[in-house]
Amino acid sequence: MAKRIGIEVSLAVSEAVKLADVDVIAAYPITPQTHIVEHLSELVADGELDAEFIPVESEHSAMSTCCGSAAAGARTFTATSSQGLALMLEICYIAPALRLPIVMAVANRSLSAPISIWNDHSDLMASRDTGWIQTVAENGQEAFDLILHAFRVAEDHRVLLPVIVNMDGFTLTHVIEPIEILSQEEVARYLPPYSARMRLDTAKPVTMGPVGVPEVYTEAKKAQDEALKAARPVILEAWEEFGKHFGRYYKPVETYCTEGAETLLITMGSIGETAMSAVDAMRSQGKKVGLVRLRLWRPFPFTEFLEAVKGVKYLAVVDRALGLNGAGGPLATEIKAALYDEEERPYIWNYVAGLAGRDVTVENFVEMADGVEAAAADNLKSDYTIINVRE
Amino acid sequence: MVSWKELELGCTIVEPGSSSKLKTGDWRSQRPVTDYEKCVKCGMCYIFCPDMVYKPNKMGFFQADYYYCKGCGICARECPAEAITMVEEKV
Repeated sequence: MAKRIGIEVSLAVSEAVKLADVDVIAAYPITPQTHIVEHLSELVADGELDAEFIPVESEHSAMSTCCGSAAAGARTFTATSSQGLALMLEICYIAPALRLPIVMAVANRSLSAPISIWNDHSDLMASRDTGWIQTVAENGQEAFDLILHAFRVAEDHRVLLPVIVNMDGFTLTHVIEPIEILSQEEVARYLPPYSARMRLDTAKPVTMGPVGVPEVYTEAKKAQDEALKAARPVILEAWEEFGKHFGRYYKPVETYCTEGAETLLITMGSIGETAMSAVDAMRSQGKKVGLVRLRLWRPFPFTEFLEAVKGVKYLAVVDRALGLNGAGGPLATEIKAALYDEEERPYIWNYVAGLAGRDVTVENFVEMADGVEAAAADNLKSDYTIINVRE
Repeated sequence: MVSWKELELGCTIVEPGSSSKLKTGDWRSQRPVTDYEKCVKCGMCYIFCPDMVYKPNKMGFFQADYYYCKGCGICARECPAEAITMVEEKV
């Protein structure tokens, strides 16, 4: 039976990986991901988890090892963060193209320079178009649950794509939360053993990752793109099944107090919990404000997102990364693109907030909700603002 | 040419040794032609060819396999008897 215990979220993530009964973990430690792989190496060393733990010399090697392991038909896990994710990006493009169902936890952290170990979504955004399925956790329980969901989705023969589970560094990874840890039997009922559809086998040799001459590259990428889109219903189905098994139902887009709302805050990750408190405070003052939170980031949940913001007047889109594209944060540009074909579009103001661990407070969310309405009243051209920046 | 639907999972090649079917000769803009009056059967073309295109025939002369020859011209450059000339490919 499931047990609800107080546990550091990183350790809970390791426990989820153990419960998934992985075969191979190849990882390089980096703050704030360290506790996840450290605990996994302990579990392997103590004989609690029958797996190979490969301590590699860099993240580039970690992902390369994971590709080899998954290609050999082994259930494979790794975890990284920030500069580590940046270093493994070359191989991150290869894993989904070769259809290798690796699961990776990313403890989200800002990218240098200046050097920063603190939390934001710079790394998440750097990896957004690598072809991985990506989910974003809001709290510790979600981080635990999404790891199990990730294995189930990745290894489904209708999908066969790698999955990243994003979780805010420190804000989530280093806090102790009451988390329901499922039993081995419960997890085994939800997550069947992995059987590779195609693998490296000396009895039946294949070549994975060959040259794609101009005559074939376009077709290969088209097939990959279609595979990512086809993963959508399986992602939803796996959440539905998770709910049936364990009573926690997840959706690609979560809404909070959106009924009758004129203004919506849009968030991803752990700041959604602060945003909920802000919405409560504003609602108690009679302000028509709600919250929409994205749990699924890739493939982008267009249908659910458009449904969630339908009929709303104002959107305050909160980015945890600066786009450095001259047009604000990547979440906002994505959302503006998603709304382009709609006949009635809400007025959007983009707020870049919480860079490198800077607090995003309830007051900040109130400021954002009020700000988007004020900007619309002043007929300002939709733009972006960095919250809490000293002038 | 296969459609994207017919590609194997992850563009994997499932037939071992199928690289020998790849017609690299298609890349060629010039072909090496050997003048057997000048050829001294030394085999330098065979030694230098980066694609192992040259093989000796029954007479001991080295002949290029145009299915694979990319037309790099190394054989013509290295031939001590100046027996090999590069001739433009015509469509």
